[in-house]
Amino acid sequence: MSYIHIENAGKKFSDNGKDFTAFSDINLDIEKGELICLLGPSGCGKSTLLNAMAGFATVDEGSIKIDGKEVIAPSPKHVTIFQNYGLLPWRKVINNVELGLETQKLSKAERRERALKYLKMVKLENFKNSFPRQLSGGMKQRVAIARALAMEPEIIFMDEPFGALDAITRMKLQDDILDICQNEKKTIIFVTHDIEEATYLADRIVVMTPNPGKIKAVLKVPMSHYRDRTSGDFLLVRDKVFDLLSMKMQADIEYTI
Amino acid sequence: MKKILELRYVLVSIAILLIVWQTAFLFSDYSPSLFPSPFMALKALGEMIGSGILAESVLTSMFRFLTGYGLSVFFAVVLGLILGCFKEVFKYINPLLQLLRPISPTAWMPFVVLLFGIGDLPAIVIIFIAAFFPVLLSTASAVFKIDPVYFRVSENFGIKYPQLLWKVILPAAFPSIANAMHVSLGSAWIFLVAGEMVGAQSGLGYQIIDARNNIRADYLLAVIFVIGVIGLILDFVIGRVEKQINKAWGGE
Repeated sequence: MSYIHIENAGKKFSDNGKDFTAFSDINLDIEKGELICLLGPSGCGKSTLLNAMAGFATVDEGSIKIDGKEVIAPSPKHVTIFQNYGLLPWRKVINNVELGLETQKLSKAERRERALKYLKMVKLENFKNSFPRQLSGGMKQRVAIARALAMEPEIIFMDEPFGALDAITRMKLQDDILDICQNEKKTIIFVTHDIEEATYLADRIVVMTPNPGKIKAVLKVPMSHYRDRTSGDFLLVRDKVFDLLSMKMQADIEYTI
Repeated sequence: MKKILELRYVLVSIAILLIVWQTAFLFSDYSPSLFPSPFMALKALGEMIGSGILAESVLTSMFRFLTGYGLSVFFAVVLGLILGCFKEVFKYINPLLQLLRPISPTAWMPFVVLLFGIGDLPAIVIIFIAAFFPVLLSTASAVFKIDPVYFRVSENFGIKYPQLLWKVILPAAFPSIANAMHVSLGSAWIFLVAGEMVGAQSGLGYQIIDARNNIRADYLLAVIFVIGVIGLILDFVIGRVEKQINKAWGGE
């Protein structure tokens, strides 16, 4: 069985007595060390699926197994990075990175050493005594990445982590993610609605469509990392994703005519 | 430079008060013993300082105030955190709080005096009531308003109760709590005087009643002035503390 094994997973919400299906019939297998992008428009259940994989919510149907074990709660081995960073504003950067380590069996010196190591990795060691509010959005997200890495997790879940950042900062952070992927050999599940972002990062893109949230296709990106965003191959993959997502739109156009 | 400018505002402000007061004194038909001049009030203040009554009253009042306010804030924050963490319990308690909150602390006064007699306790109880509800409700609502992402991060890192309480919940709610402490400090100080006017034989509030009984309006105004100044100092001090807290919490 593969590292992450999702079988017939489904999740419903009830809102004012009405049932709403976030996603259903999800089947997906993810191997260790893969970088997977869950891509789709809002309402396709990609974030909900990520939450279920991270253990913040449980599925109603089917099952999600990681390393053979059913996911029932969040684990420090699988760290989630959120769009709005989740840094504690009253803690200095270094203390934010140490937050997760405080529940581990580590001495104070070991904690500090480990936090500094990962702050260096995201090139923020000079800001260790700053408060989050003094940092830019991109820097805050790098602190959050350092905090996640400091836990030395097996999987990093990222929920539209660069959604609030400007395009140039976003591209820089995408490269940071690839660096981490190469050096740290983590499994990364990355939720995004940005087709280019998914094409640039993913080993495989899981394209999802809404109402109800379903996997439309799983696309392997046959290119090595640090891709050239203007190359023909890149555009080809992008085009394919675009095709997969815009099918519904074409149907709409036919309908209006 | 900025400090000097601010000082200018303060001096002009005080000058306006003195001019209006002095003018009213010069043109009023009341006898000076009923409506004294600023100078007479100042002289009375000097006499009260000289006789040691003022220092004694201030110490007595401050003791009551700090005891009542300190206990009130402590219990309000603890209970507020508990209610904030258990929203279902809060729903059952909230109607009761909303019923008790609008009642002026002075309304409890006769009851408090009947139960606790005359002395330190009634004033302490009144101050306790005055500060309790605002701090309690602000604390509970501050906990409700904590960004859910903090709880997710904590859950992810395996931070559980009771660690969660002092690592995340209390610090996240603390700026709001400090703000409520600041606001309720002012109202608690107002009700100290009310409490001492009815339930005590000492303290600043009692000095007001005493001055009235002896028809010494100059003493009365002197005490009022002292109450105002102490209120100002208390507000300044806690304002500074609140600022420091906000700074330590990563604010500007």
